[in-house]
Amino acid sequence: MPTYILKRFLQLIPVFLGATLLVYFLVFSLPGDPIVALFGDKPVNEAVAAKLRAQYNLDQPFWMQYLLYLKSIFTFDLGQDFSGRPIAAVLGEVFPVTARLAIMALIFEGVFGIVFGLIAGLRKGKFFDATVLVASLVVIGIPIFVLGFLLQFTIGVQLGWAKPTVSSAATVPDLILPAIVLGLGSFAYVLRLTRTSVIENMNADYVRTATAKGLSRFQVVRVHILRNSLIPVITFLGADLGALMGGAIVTEGIFNVPGVGNRLYRAVLSGEGPTVVSIVTVLVLIYCLSNLLVDLLYGWLDPRIRYDS
Amino acid sequence: MSASVDFQEAEYATERPLLEIRNLAIGFTTSNGEVNAVRNAHLTIMPGETVAIVGESGSGKSTTALAAIGLLPGNGRVSAGQILFDGEDISSAGEKRMIELRGNSIGMVPQDPMSNLNPVWKIGDQVRETLKANSLPSGPDDVAKVLSQAGLPDAASRAKQYPHEFSGGMRQRALIAIGLSCQPRLLIADEPTSALDVTVQRQILDHLDKMTTELGTAVLLITHDLGLAAERADQVVVMYRGQVVESGPSLELLQNPQHPYTQRLVASAPSLASRRIQAAKELGVETDDMLAPAETAAVQSSAPDEVLQIQNLRKVFKLRSGFGKSTDFTAVDDVSFSVKRGTTTAIVGESGSGKSTVAQMVLNLLTPTSGKIVFDGVDTSTLNSKEIFAFRRRVQPIFQDPYGSLDPMYNIFRTIEEPLRTHKIGDKTSREKKVRELLDQVALPQSTMQRYPNELSGGQRQRVAIARALALDPEVIICDEAVSALDVLVQAQVLNLLADLQSRLGLTYLFITHDLAVVRQIADHVCVMQKGRLVEAGSTDDVFDAPQQDYTKALLNAIPGAGLMLPPEVA
Repeated sequence: MPTYILKRFLQLIPVFLGATLLVYFLVFSLPGDPIVALFGDKPVNEAVAAKLRAQYNLDQPFWMQYLLYLKSIFTFDLGQDFSGRPIAAVLGEVFPVTARLAIMALIFEGVFGIVFGLIAGLRKGKFFDATVLVASLVVIGIPIFVLGFLLQFTIGVQLGWAKPTVSSAATVPDLILPAIVLGLGSFAYVLRLTRTSVIENMNADYVRTATAKGLSRFQVVRVHILRNSLIPVITFLGADLGALMGGAIVTEGIFNVPGVGNRLYRAVLSGEGPTVVSIVTVLVLIYCLSNLLVDLLYGWLDPRIRYDS
Repeated sequence: MSASVDFQEAEYATERPLLEIRNLAIGFTTSNGEVNAVRNAHLTIMPGETVAIVGESGSGKSTTALAAIGLLPGNGRVSAGQILFDGEDISSAGEKRMIELRGNSIGMVPQDPMSNLNPVWKIGDQVRETLKANSLPSGPDDVAKVLSQAGLPDAASRAKQYPHEFSGGMRQRALIAIGLSCQPRLLIADEPTSALDVTVQRQILDHLDKMTTELGTAVLLITHDLGLAAERADQVVVMYRGQVVESGPSLELLQNPQHPYTQRLVASAPSLASRRIQAAKELGVETDDMLAPAETAAVQSSAPDEVLQIQNLRKVFKLRSGFGKSTDFTAVDDVSFSVKRGTTTAIVGESGSGKSTVAQMVLNLLTPTSGKIVFDGVDTSTLNSKEIFAFRRRVQPIFQDPYGSLDPMYNIFRTIEEPLRTHKIGDKTSREKKVRELLDQVALPQSTMQRYPNELSGGQRQRVAIARALALDPEVIICDEAVSALDVLVQAQVLNLLADLQSRLGLTYLFITHDLAVVRQIADHVCVMQKGRLVEAGSTDDVFDAPQQDYTKALLNAIPGAGLMLPPEVA
């Protein structure tokens, strides 16, 4: 097992290099001059512009810029963004907010998706099942920005049950509504995945054998149906954590959450290469790590999958 | 009914039957309305008695048994009749009562040991929950005791393992342990050994017999194998298309079958029949088609040269044991034999004996580690890709699973035509003509052409697979467990067809099978394999009548019903 984990960590190195190079190249090839854009409507002062270019290594060719950026990462000095703040501080500010939002969304979709999916699966073809299936289809069918504005308007503005926008502190109560919006699409998937998986496992031979042992219905469901059904669901949830972190841009935009998505969006618009690459790199690492976590969980849930040493 | 039955009835007259099924009817609700799976079934089991229900797949035997423990699938229900367990009608009992009965009054040993244990729980946990659910002591020692009683060695540490770490036979022992752990008065054993090798089957059944005798458990044994039923059960009930067609004491029923279906079953039970099909033909027994005498003569006149020579064949697989290391596993070890043109050679062995690996190497699907396969004088390892293409035309396979080996998206015409198209033989009209001929040869109606595999029965599908193998007029056909998945009667038909095609077309068969009874019916020569090595080879008669090796003797002894004496006109 330790060798397996080590192997997986070693695999992160090429992923890290590939992701940073690709993102750096994409930002580099954005049209327009970010320094000129900084001056806005004012006339460009060439001397200041040249100094700024040198400060952000923008006068160097692409490879040089990239290598200098890598060097800055390994010396733990990510440099500054265009407003002069250290990028490390920016990351430290936005990531906790988005992490809180994503984990809340994950809990919401996990708990409700599994519970609803389990009940629907056990009552296949009954009223509850049919209702939930149609509802989940509706949720999947409607784009997240429509759902987001709809819930913001009804629950936040008209009913006043939650604040329509998030304060700069982005506390847990603040984030409940955004988290639900963020997790809604995946909730529908988790529900359907659980339902399908439960239905499949209900017909498994070992479930019949378990019933033949004299176990009560509840025991059969808990011990033999639920755990086996969770294996594909856990895989989806783990992979979804990365997607939620990266995919929060729209939700953060709607609810004005001061998180990764908002900051990334601004950095892309102003062409701040190092900021964009830093944020994306952290996202990539989170994605890789959550996948590793899923694989380990998978081995724990399903002993047939072994990571031999 | 004879005197012995009356005697038995008299003996039990004072006792109440443990299980009595009266006029049972079971229906399934399907999209096409209610389908009756079982009609008017009768069955009586006395305490401590073993009763077997025999029938082919779809006969309703498993459905009847599942009804007795209240485990019919969701769309099935008892529509009429009674199931009396110790006098109580449980066909209408509530779920609560059934949970009480299951485990400690009625136990079950299911069919497939691979799918009946939950893969994510340790064996010990799965035994423990059984004991616990029935309020019995369920400490580690109790679990180990239950497992070791079922013949599992080293039970305490084995209990900590997962099902995938167990072999098929060990899993079945674990399932028997679970089924008997609460010492039920009735055990329902649904094909408890049909997925196991014949020698393991014998051990498991012997052990089951011993345990149920000690505990005084009555057994309802479900099986498709008449020989096995006769050997193990006091009473046999024959079911056909949802109805009980005949029942009575085992030997009597076997020796003097009354119903036409039972008669056919007895006559074609492979474990009881014992002659090469061709021999039967020579005796004038009718098979599907009469021989054209000229063709037979032509085949016989051709010199019986050795079309296949296998020399010192070895196959070593590298098993990954993690992080760059690997251990060698010798699947086939120094195997040599040859196959004469126009004859059938069978390779028999249990799972893991390497027989299928040999077949794959002969088909040139796997490369041997060392050794040679000489086909018609040419070493197949020296063939270039073009020659391999030509070789494939002359050597064709028929595989075990007629459900898996036909493409569900292809209709039958396209399936049989595909090899012709691949090898660019003829044009559209001539290919269609060829397909029609092939369907005639395998005795399928021409209308089959437009149908799809899921619309055909297992036997029909296997006929399609045979037609596809014949499409290229091959010289050698490799049958890898080609009839193992079929019901006995269908199996007999397909074996007849293969024997018939052989004598008409001069085909050579290499028959891979675990079933010695099938070998007896089809093969001229037998090679017995064990753990990758060839332990015995010879003519079928020699090997069956005078086996030299202990392993071969053990295999032969393990055939269910081998020791039963039948009147010659039935066998």
